[in-house]
This record gives sequence, C-alpha cells and structure tokens, in this order.
Amino acid sequence: MATAPASSAPHAPLAREQLLRAYRTMKTIREFEERLHVEIQTGEIPGFTHLYAGQEAVAVGVCEHLSDRDYIVSTHRGHGHCLAKGCDVQGMMYEIYGRAAGLCKGKGGSMHIADVTKGMLGANAIVGGGPPLAVGAAIACRNRKDGTVSVAFGGDGSANQGTVFEAMNMAVVLKVPALFVFENNGYSEHTGADYAVGSKDIAGRARGFGMPAEKCDGSDFFAVYEAFGRLCAHARAGGGPATLEPVITRYYGHFEGDPQLYRAKDEVKRLRETMDCLKKFRARVEGEGWLKASDLDPIDEQVLAQIDVAVKSARSAPPAPESEVTTDVYATY
Amino acid sequence: MAQMTMRDAINAALHLEMARDPRVIVLGEDVSGGAGGTSGNREASGGIFGVTKGLWPLYGDERVIDTPISESAIVGAAAGAALAGLRPVAELMFADFVGVCMDQIFNQAAKFRYMFGGKSSCPVVIRAAMGAGMNMGAQHSQTIYPFITAVPGIKVVVPSNAYDAKGLMLQALRDDDPVMFFEHKALYPRKGEVPDGDYTIPFGEAALVREGEHVTVVALARMVPFAEKAIDLLAKEGITCDLIDPRTTSPLDEETILESVENTGRLVVVDESPPRCSVASDIAGIVASKGFHALKAPIVQVTAPHAPVPFARELERAYVPGPQKIETAIRQVLKD
Ligand SMILES: Cc1ncc(C[n+]2csc(CCOP(=O)(O)OP(=O)(O)O)c2C)c(N)n1
Ligand SMILES: [Mg+2]
Repeated sequence: MATAPASSAPHAPLAREQLLRAYRTMKTIREFEERLHVEIQTGEIPGFTHLYAGQEAVAVGVCEHLSDRDYIVSTHRGHGHCLAKGCDVQGMMYEIYGRAAGLCKGKGGSMHIADVTKGMLGANAIVGGGPPLAVGAAIACRNRKDGTVSVAFGGDGSANQGTVFEAMNMAVVLKVPALFVFENNGYSEHTGADYAVGSKDIAGRARGFGMPAEKCDGSDFFAVYEAFGRLCAHARAGGGPATLEPVITRYYGHFEGDPQLYRAKDEVKRLRETMDCLKKFRARVEGEGWLKASDLDPIDEQVLAQIDVAVKSARSAPPAPESEVTTDVYATY
Repeated sequence: MAQMTMRDAINAALHLEMARDPRVIVLGEDVSGGAGGTSGNREASGGIFGVTKGLWPLYGDERVIDTPISESAIVGAAAGAALAGLRPVAELMFADFVGVCMDQIFNQAAKFRYMFGGKSSCPVVIRAAMGAGMNMGAQHSQTIYPFITAVPGIKVVVPSNAYDAKGLMLQALRDDDPVMFFEHKALYPRKGEVPDGDYTIPFGEAALVREGEHVTVVALARMVPFAEKAIDLLAKEGITCDLIDPRTTSPLDEETILESVENTGRLVVVDESPPRCSVASDIAGIVASKGFHALKAPIVQVTAPHAPVPFARELERAYVPGPQKIETAIRQVLKD
C-alpha cells in the first residue's frame, strides 16, 4: 500500500475532519441500533422499537449538509436521524429506556425523540405526520431569509399518505426550502414498496408535483451526500422544494420482534454483504487514500465504549416521578 | 364452547360472516401482508394484531385487500363501497390513526343516511386497536371512543371480553349503520368461553357483569376486568356492587344504568380516557339529570388524567386507572 498523505487527497469531496465525523456518526448509529437489538431481548426497554440499522448513510449523508439552524422531522424509525442531527447519545438512550434524564423525560420514548435546540423537530409515530410540519418549518426558514432549510425524512410507505401529497404540493406552491427524503427500504411494515407505491417511482411522483427529484444508492454515503448536496443548494438558493429517494435496506424487522415472513430467507444476509454503508465507506476512503484504516479503527472502539456507557447508565437511571404524568401538557395553565 | 382469546373471537366472527355473506370485504394495511415481498408468502401478516388471519387464503385479493398507508382512502373507500352495496370492514390498525381520516368517518360515513333523507345506508365497520398498557407512547395508546361517540350517525362498540367481542362483531357486520369497533390491545390475549356458532349481541344492551347492592360501577373495555378485580376484593368485606359493562357507548343502555342506580344510590364510572367530555362524564351527566333523586352520594369518576399517554413504564402505569384506583373510588362513594 502506498504511503497515504497526511491530510486528505485534494480530490476528496469532503474535508478530512468531515469524513471522520461522517464515519463516526454512521458507526454510532449502527452500534446504537445493534446494541438495542440485543438489549431489547432483555425486556428492559419499554414499547415498540424500530431500528435504523442499514440506513445510516442516508441520515448522515443528508445531515452533513445541515447545521443546528436547519430543521428535520423524522419518523417512527428515527434514531439515525436524531443522532445525525446531533441529539445526545446518552440523552437518547435514557429516553428509549423511559428515564427521567431522557431527552423528553421518558414521556416520548423511541418514537418521539426530539431536540428542538438541534433543529430536530421530533420523530413521529404517525406515518405522514412529519412532512406538513416540515413545510411549516420551511416557511419559517424562508421568512427568516437566512438560507436555512427544512428536511422531512420518510419511508417508501409514507409516500402513499395523503398528508404527504398535500405537503409536497404546498411546498411547491409556496416555493419554500423544504426537502423530502423518502428512504425506500423496500417495505412498509410487511408490504413491499413495489406493491404499495403504484408507480414504483417516488422521485417521479415528486417531479409530478413540480419539484426536482433524484434517486440514489442509499448505502453509498457519497452518493447520498452529493445528490442531497445538489438539491439542498437548490433549496437554499430560493429555488423551492426538492425530493431525494435513496434506495436502501433495513437490516432488522419492521419493529423488534417482527418475524419478517415477507422477506426471502437470505435477503438480509446478502444485503449486509452487498449494501453495507460502513463497508462501502471504508472501501472508498481507504481505496482512494483519503483515510487509513488506522484513522477509523480507533473510532470503532470509541463508539463501542460510548454506547456501552450509555446503555449501562440508562439501565440504572431512575424514571421520572409519577407527578410528571400531568406536567408539560400546556405551557401555561 | 371453547376457551378463546378476544383476538381469535373477533377473527372467528369475521370468518363466519365472510363465509355467510359474499358482500363482506376486509381492507387495510397488512390485513394479509406480504404483497410485493420477496418471500412469496402472501399472508405474511394477517393483520398487525393477527385479527384478520386466515381470510386471504380463503378469499384472496378480491375480498381481502392490502392497502397502502392511506387511512383516508381506506375508510373512504370502505364507506363508498358500502354505499355501493358491499359490507366492508376497514382496519385502521391503531385507533390513534383516526386522526388521519376523521373526515371520512364523521363528515362522510356517519352522515350519509341523514343527509340523504334516510334513503341509503352505509354499513361499514371500522376496526381499530386502542388503549394504553404496552408503552407505545402518546400516538399509539389512546382510547378515543369519546370523539366518535359524540357523532350522531355512527355506532360505537367497546368490547371487554371474547364472548361479547364475537357477538358484537357479528352484529356490527349485519348492522345497517356505520360502526366503529374499538378493540383494546391489552385485551386481545384475554381468554373466555366462546360458542362455536353464530350469535349476535344487540347494540345498546349492557351486560351485568356482577350483581350487588351497595354501589353501581360502570366500566368500559379494559376497565371491566380491572373493576371485576376491585369488586371481588371488596366482596370479601361484604361490600357488593353491580358492575355494568355498556359494551356499546352509542347507542348507550341508559336504562340498565339508571335502574341499578335506583337500587344502589351510588355510582362509580370507570373510563380509560381523559376526563373531559368523556364517556364517564357523559354517563355521570345522564345519571345526574335522570337519576338524581336516587343518588345518595356524589358520583365518582375514575379516569385517566387530562394528559396524553406517557411512554415510560412507571408513568404509564400511573396514568391508566387500575384496580386499586377503582377500589378507592368505591370506598369513597360509600363514605360520602
Ligand atoms: C398513520 C399511520 N398509519 C399506519 C401506521 C403504522 N405503521 C407504522 S410504520 C409503518 C410502515 C412505514 O413504512 P415506511 O414509510 O416505508 O417506513 P419504514 O418503516 O420502512 O422505515 C406503518 C404502516 C402509523 N404509524 N401511522
Ligand atoms: Mg419502508
């Protein structure tokens, strides 16, 4: 192997620090979810958890273009979006365990993690609940005239919800900087996207509404980063909304405990080999000489240690007192 | 007679009626499941709660329809199909999703018969799983039957056990009006004796679950087994209660409740919903205005607090009325 340059090669699409951060965030999401997959079996985690493992490059490829002043709205499968937008790992873990120190005091849970100070306007347990909110946030961005944008993450299944159609059309009509990211992981619950999305082409639908749209490989961080970069620049420049359809896969069931009877036996195994965003990222950055394995290996260790601490702390943390049941219903009473 | 879960009892009713009446169709998200999947298994789901299992293999795509995530179109299409002569069962999965398709329920299905001068009916059944107890958070745990109960033109069913669920579902499927059928998630595994054959339970007829002298307790859905617990405990001290399960909140069997209050003079109403404009406050209002003379003590309402459903286990447990709160309420109404 040739001696790698001290800083990233001139043709790298991102600065070295950015590449390292992107990898760290993707790895954090992956290990966060892999660990939850294990911890959920203990029965300690309440409720219903939808894991994002496999889709990391989408959240990170998109959020690498955003600052705290930009907004996102997320979905039931929201951990990756939250982490990519800067939500605190420990605060999220507390929340998922239903602890008082959670980002939402344990009142929200996995499906409602939010941190408005980070521009993260909430995961959402209503499919199609987010896009109209993103249009509203985009109106605020437009009126502020500061070039900020608002991003609605959603799945292939959400693309079939009426609220989403309304939001997309309204965003075009108002020409607001709203970006719709439809992560096409092939399934909504136990139904295939090829069945439920009539045209089989979400990006094409978006064009039908009158906005630019691109489709990309959602397991390739660079493909997502570049495609979203173009669309985001269009929105920031006042060009109005745009849509990205990253094609991706989820490594686990719809929710934890889903027997996945709708999936071919070796599908996930095969996709873990061919569509793994972390493997692809490493192959690319190491192959191009932008980063070395020795830059990335320590990150793997640090991330694992951080997640371990987060889980252990969350397991032993106290819940909110019962008096919290009736607080936070209103701002004023 | 067989021991059967409430889930299986509702499933059995759907099977019976689909075999009997070719007009019955079922539609919703993953009612069969597996369409467009890679395994080739076309019944990969049978409903997220397993209530529609076994229907697709018998009736196929024509009568068991997997839909995209489009609640307005699901309920609207069901209502439209009902106007056109079918007897559709729309599954909404979680009752909270009523929020997405309320127009089709309350402006469309519920009003057709009246607006059309009584010249048509809209026999649609909308099934939805409701209730807290599984830490599913504020958007997947609500008991929203009060909203629908308030709407003239649609009937509302809230079964508490397997036997009732089957008979009420068969009634819903044969009823000529739109019916919203709320299935409490935590009751799906609750077992009870269920006859094999065909039987219906008329709407607006409460069940007298326990008979007693001192207090009338009215409870709905999951609150019924909780009230049974509290009442059976108090019976050991010689305190006995009538326990009335209205089974349907619209129509509501006022008569049975008022008659019982005539005898006991004391009323406790137990409802999992928040207290304002609830079925509890509705029943309390009816008894206060029509049975005031019989009351010996203020009516006690046991409800969730005026707050969304919290996620954390400890908070949700504190939120949902349980046997202990019911017991306390019965003691209180006796003291007053
Ligand atoms: C309004 C509404 N309908 C149905 C559901 C139940 N549900 C939760 S996630 C989901 C599938 C979503 O599919 P997709 O948008 O592709 O996202 P993915 O789960 O693949 O990330 C469904 C049907 C819901 N939460 N909200
Ligand atoms: Mg999907």
